[in-house]
Order: sequence, then C-alpha cells, then structure tokens
Amino acid sequence: MTAFFDEMRAPDGVTRPAYEKVDAWLAQNSAEQLKSRADEAEAFFRRIGITFAVYGDNSAEERIIPFDLVPRVITGAEWSILTRGLEQRVRALNMFLCDIYGPGEIIRAGRIPADLVYRNVYFRPEMMGIQVPHGIYTPVCGIDIVRVGESEFYVLEDNLRTPSGVSYMLENREVTMRLFPDLFANHSVQPVEQYPNDLLATLRSIAPASAPRQPTVVLLTPGAFNSAYYEHSFLADRLGVELVEGRDLFVRDNRVFMRTTQGPQQVDVIYRRLDDDFLDPLVFRPDSILGVPGLVSAYRAGTVTVANAMGTGVADDKAVYTYIPDIIDFYLGEKPILNNVPTWRCREEEARKEVLDRLPELVVKTVSGSGGYGMLVGPASTSAQIDEFRAKILAEPDEFIAQPTLALSTCPTFVRDGIAPRHVDLRPFVLFGSSGVRTVPGGLTRVALREGSLVVNSSQGGGTKDTWVLGE
Amino acid sequence: MLLSRTAEEIYWLARYVERAENTARILDVASRLAALPAQYGSESNEWESAVLATGSAASFASAYPDASRDNVIHFLAFSTENPSSIFVCMRRARMAARAVRTAITLDMWNTINDAWLELQRYPRDGMSPRQLVQFLSFVKEACLQFDGAAFRTMLRTDAYAFFFLGAYVERTDATARILDVKYHVLLPEGEEVGGVRDYFQWSSILRAASAYSAYQWVFRDSLKPFRVAELLTIRPELPRSLAHCAQNATVFLDQLANDYGRQGPAQRAARAHHAHLQNTTIEAIFREGLHQFLLRVIKRNADLNDTITAQYLH
Repeated sequence: MTAFFDEMRAPDGVTRPAYEKVDAWLAQNSAEQLKSRADEAEAFFRRIGITFAVYGDNSAEERIIPFDLVPRVITGAEWSILTRGLEQRVRALNMFLCDIYGPGEIIRAGRIPADLVYRNVYFRPEMMGIQVPHGIYTPVCGIDIVRVGESEFYVLEDNLRTPSGVSYMLENREVTMRLFPDLFANHSVQPVEQYPNDLLATLRSIAPASAPRQPTVVLLTPGAFNSAYYEHSFLADRLGVELVEGRDLFVRDNRVFMRTTQGPQQVDVIYRRLDDDFLDPLVFRPDSILGVPGLVSAYRAGTVTVANAMGTGVADDKAVYTYIPDIIDFYLGEKPILNNVPTWRCREEEARKEVLDRLPELVVKTVSGSGGYGMLVGPASTSAQIDEFRAKILAEPDEFIAQPTLALSTCPTFVRDGIAPRHVDLRPFVLFGSSGVRTVPGGLTRVALREGSLVVNSSQGGGTKDTWVLGE
Repeated sequence: MLLSRTAEEIYWLARYVERAENTARILDVASRLAALPAQYGSESNEWESAVLATGSAASFASAYPDASRDNVIHFLAFSTENPSSIFVCMRRARMAARAVRTAITLDMWNTINDAWLELQRYPRDGMSPRQLVQFLSFVKEACLQFDGAAFRTMLRTDAYAFFFLGAYVERTDATARILDVKYHVLLPEGEEVGGVRDYFQWSSILRAASAYSAYQWVFRDSLKPFRVAELLTIRPELPRSLAHCAQNATVFLDQLANDYGRQGPAQRAARAHHAHLQNTTIEAIFREGLHQFLLRVIKRNADLNDTITAQYLH
C-alpha cells in the first residue's frame, strides 16, 4: 500500500498550517450539520440548473456533479510556483503551434518526430501559413495538475481545445461563500470572480486588427443538448456577449455575421466551445449542422478571430505531451518549472516492452482520448481487462502511452460516515492575451468520491470542490 | 438588438406558459361541470368540450378510444403526443428558457425550473378529483408567478416586448377557442340563460377565461350569453378579451418598431386587426355569426404570428 500525500494532515497526524482553520471548523460541525449543508448546496445547484449530461446514459439526461463542501486549500507560495510553471508551459506551447503551422523548425531540428505532428489526427493542414493574431493559439487553457508530495506537482494533461469546468470554479465559490460565511471571515482567500472580466479582456485583445475598438465577441455553443451547455450560457451571461449557435451565424464576403432582430451584425471574435470537426462543414465534417459554412475561409481572410484557434489539439495530444520538456527547452531555453508525469511511449520498442511487462501496475491511455474513457488503471483491473489492453497495445502501439499509477494527493472530503481523505486533482484556467498570461487564483478541484479511486472525471463518478488559494 | 433565435425562443417561451395556463383553466372547468349532479347532465360530454376548446380534437381522437375523464386528463395534462398538454408546454417552456438563459432573468428561470421539477411529483395517471384540483392550481400559480417575474424583473427592452407579444398572440387564440366551443348554444340578444345547467355552462366559459367576477363588475347584470360573448370579444377592460389582446399586440409591436426605427408588415397587420375589433359591435358579430367571426379571428391571429416570425424571428 503506497502512502498518499494528504494535503491536510502530515504523516505524524499533525494538521498542516494551511488547513488549521478548516480542520478546526470541521471539528466544530457534526456530521448531521454538514449533511444538512450538503443538501442545501445540492438544492442550490439543482435550482440554478448547473447540470451536465453523461453521454450514453439516457436515464440521466441531466445530472449535477456532486459538490463536496470541504474546500481544498493551496498556499500562496505553492500557487506562485504553479502560475510560473503554467505561464512557461502555455507560452512554449503557443510557440510550438506557431512553429508547426509555420516554418517547422522544431521538426527540422529533430527534436520531435515529424509523423507525430503531421500525421496527428488533430493536425489541421488548413492552418498552415495563417498568421494568428499575436501568435496566440490558445487564449484559454485548462491544465490538469496532480500533486504527489509536499512540493511535487505534475502536469497530467494540457487542455488546449475547449477546456471546460470554469463555471464550477465560480459557482462552487459562490455556494461556499453562501453556506459558510464564517469560514471565509477567518481566512484570506484570493477571489476568483474576476475571471469573466479577464476572459473578455483576453478575447478582445486578440480581435483582428480591422475590428472596431469595442470588438463584438460571441460565444459559440453546440446548443442546449451539449453536456457543457450550462457553462456556455453562464459564461455568455457573465461576459455580456451573445450565446450563438451555428445557425445564428453566416458568412458573407468572407466576413461573419449574426442574424438579429435588426438584421445582420458583424462578429469579430468567436469564443467557440465547439470542436474543430464541427466548425465549418465546408472544411471539416461535411455532415456537421452545428457549424458555420465558410467560417474557415473568413478566418483565413483575417476578418474574425476564432478562440481557441483550430488545430491546437496537436499540442495537447498525449503523445506530444511527452515532448513538452523538449518543447520548453527548444523555444525558451529553460528547464520546465512543472514536470510531466514520467511517461512511456508505446511506439518506442524498449518502452513498450517495459510497459507490457509491468501492465498490472501502470495506467495506460490512448493518445487522443479524454474524459477518462478508454483507459486502463492496472492496479484496479482484472487480468482479463489487462490482457485486453495488452492486445490493443500490440495491435496499435502508436495509439498508447503508459504512466506509473500516481499516488494522487488526498484532501478531506465529506462522505457518508463523516470526513475521510479522497484523491484530488486540479485544473487551473490560464488566459493568454496580447498583454500576457493571467491565471485566476483558483481552479477546478475534482475529487474521486469512491474510496481508493484515482479517477476524478465527472463522467466516472467524480465530484468537485471549491479551491482556495490563500493570500501570501 | 437580439439574436433572431433568442427573440423566437422568448416569444415561444411566453406562448407555452400562456398555453399551459389556458389548458389548466379548461381542465378545471371540465372537472367542475363533470361534478354537476346527474339530473343536470346532458348528452354533450364536458370532457369532450375541453378537448375541443384546446383545438386538439383530431390528435385526441387518433390516440384515445373515447373522451372519458381519465383519458382527457391524461391527454390535456400529461400526454407527450399532445403539443398543448401542460406537460409538453412546461417542458418546452423550460427548454426555451434554458436556451435563452442569458436573455431572461434569474427569477424567471427559477420559477420555470422549479415548476418543471415540481411537475414531476404529480402522478400521471388516475388522479383523484382532489389531486387534480391541487395540480391545476399549482399550474395556474406557477404561470402567474412566471408572468409576474417577467413583469417585475425583465429589462424593458426588445426582449420584454417579444415576451409579452407572444403571451398576447397565444391568449387571443385561447380566448377565441374557449368561446367557440359554446357558439352553438348561444342565445339571441336579450335572452336569459335557460336553467341551472345553462347557467353553469356559461359561467364556466367565464371561469375558463378568468372572467367570472369581471362579468359582474362590467355589466352589473344577470348572466346573459350575449353579454358573455361581448365581454370576451370586444370589451377592452377584460385582460383576456380579443380586443385587449389585439391592443397589446399592437403596443408591443409599436415598441419594437420604435426601438428599431422601422415599421413593418407585422405592425400593419396588428393595427388592422385591432381597429377591426374596436369598430365592430356585438350585434354585427351576431349578424355575421359568432362561429364565423371566431374562425376569422383565429385565422388572422395565426397570420399575424407568421408575419411576426418572418419579420423578426428568422
């Protein structure tokens, strides 16, 4: 049995300083009191309609992600290391994207295999040679981080396409402040509510040069049936921008317009929460009715900014992930501040051999998957499941990577029999605009509610917590 | 300025909530009439009239063998096949509200979302008379609360105009249909209603249009079918009369025209319709025939809906 790093209690049973007040507060509240607050929180979430859909689960068209009422605390010092690491990473990844859709120097320098980039399913040849405004491909990123020790943080995954979850960061804070004002009174917790303001400033900063001084920003959603629709409408509301669907937009003379009750209005920046595949049926999936025919052409003409840009998936793919230390070194000449999880690339023969030998202790993921679907957690799997993955890896080694089963840190969590440690991860949201990189002090903490489980995805029974970054 | 789709969702949001309330009133009236002692019973079936009044006789006939109490309650309250059932109206209203969360207020969203969650708690079959009464008053209250939330919390912008425009277009249709169900028993001018059963039927029309006590206030007279028809068609004081609805449709369309700086076919159609109702008399309506008159209103109202849709919503 591995010893897990518990964020509240040191191995000797002493409460760590950051958690002292939370611990004392937990001690004051009985399980019944906490239960009634938890019910109140659930009623609040259900009332505001913050729901998500689980694909392939018809009986539960709308569910709410369980909210755990014990906040997760990060010290100011820890946070400042995280933000420096995130900024470094996001800058390097954007330079990488500019490079691979431009001169391709990193490939010519032999620092990353050409096929990993050019034959990547997320590589978009349509983006070649386009000058992206300010060289920013990913104004909005969500970087998944796990903690395994006192000062050991790893980046688990970069989400550079359409990262979601920021509404939970904001609503979790809202509900915690409402339920536990006393808890806030005793802490100096850095606020997160400026996020929508920062996001709007970021989006406006990358509008096309031809746009008016107050560029028109819209949020493009796949529609009310999408699992993240609540977040889309929530953000549009907070940003004060129109929430549009593909059918609300059209392209004329290489410019994008929205249909309004007063006729067509030109759009300058599209914050899209729709995957590349569906954006423009003339270029990507021809059967998509969610997108806007001609959008890519208008984008190439430089009349509209699409955020995030198309083709960013090539940089958050799990195979490219393993090269990020090289990417940071190549473009910035720096050592990574935040480390990657050690990863075996199954495409390499020696690594593959080791992976196959050690399958029962490893986590195996497909390079393009997300959401916790299609992965193997060795220690939690039957030998039949392990054999199944062995066959898959042998058949398509390029498709898989493997990582050690990480000893994710644990945080105190309210469960049926009281407070118990559960494993967590962290997704901070990083904004990258023309005036620089901003990370709101907080993020989405996901918690695996089942005892011993290491899978925090909401589609797999995970919950969320409010995330506190303390003042320095 | 609004996205056309947003304006359309708001317009239909108001229509669905209005429709849910109307269906609830019609069901309420049917259950009152059905509670009359058998000696007052007639060959005509009140449950069947309720289906007629919602304008969905054809889809009812294709799905149910007869207009029994349980069948009609199920059809009007819960059937997913019936586009005017309370269940479908509330579901669509909530979907529309969800699609335009940013254009409506939090109070409106909370009201419709709470109503939708509450609706799930009622049994879909075999409601006792008492349960039915509770259910219908819950629906009516939820709709009133929703209207009130809109009235009290919405910004007075184009979204507000589209919301109430939808409500008045829907209400015109409902009032015309409620009255049309009884046109065949309408008595000539001056006649008193004949007997308890008739009285009950005419008062029930008033109740369906929430105009029962309003009648007394307007006419200070005993119940005369002739006056009931007058109240529901051309009297501008009654918030559910055709004249009142036409007047308000004109007001909200004019507000849009002012906001946008442009008059269009919808404004012209609404004004013509309103002027017609202002200038006609109840005698003229009787000469034409109430049924013909009501059919014409229903048709004009549907045309107005199409004109609004073409001008703003697509």
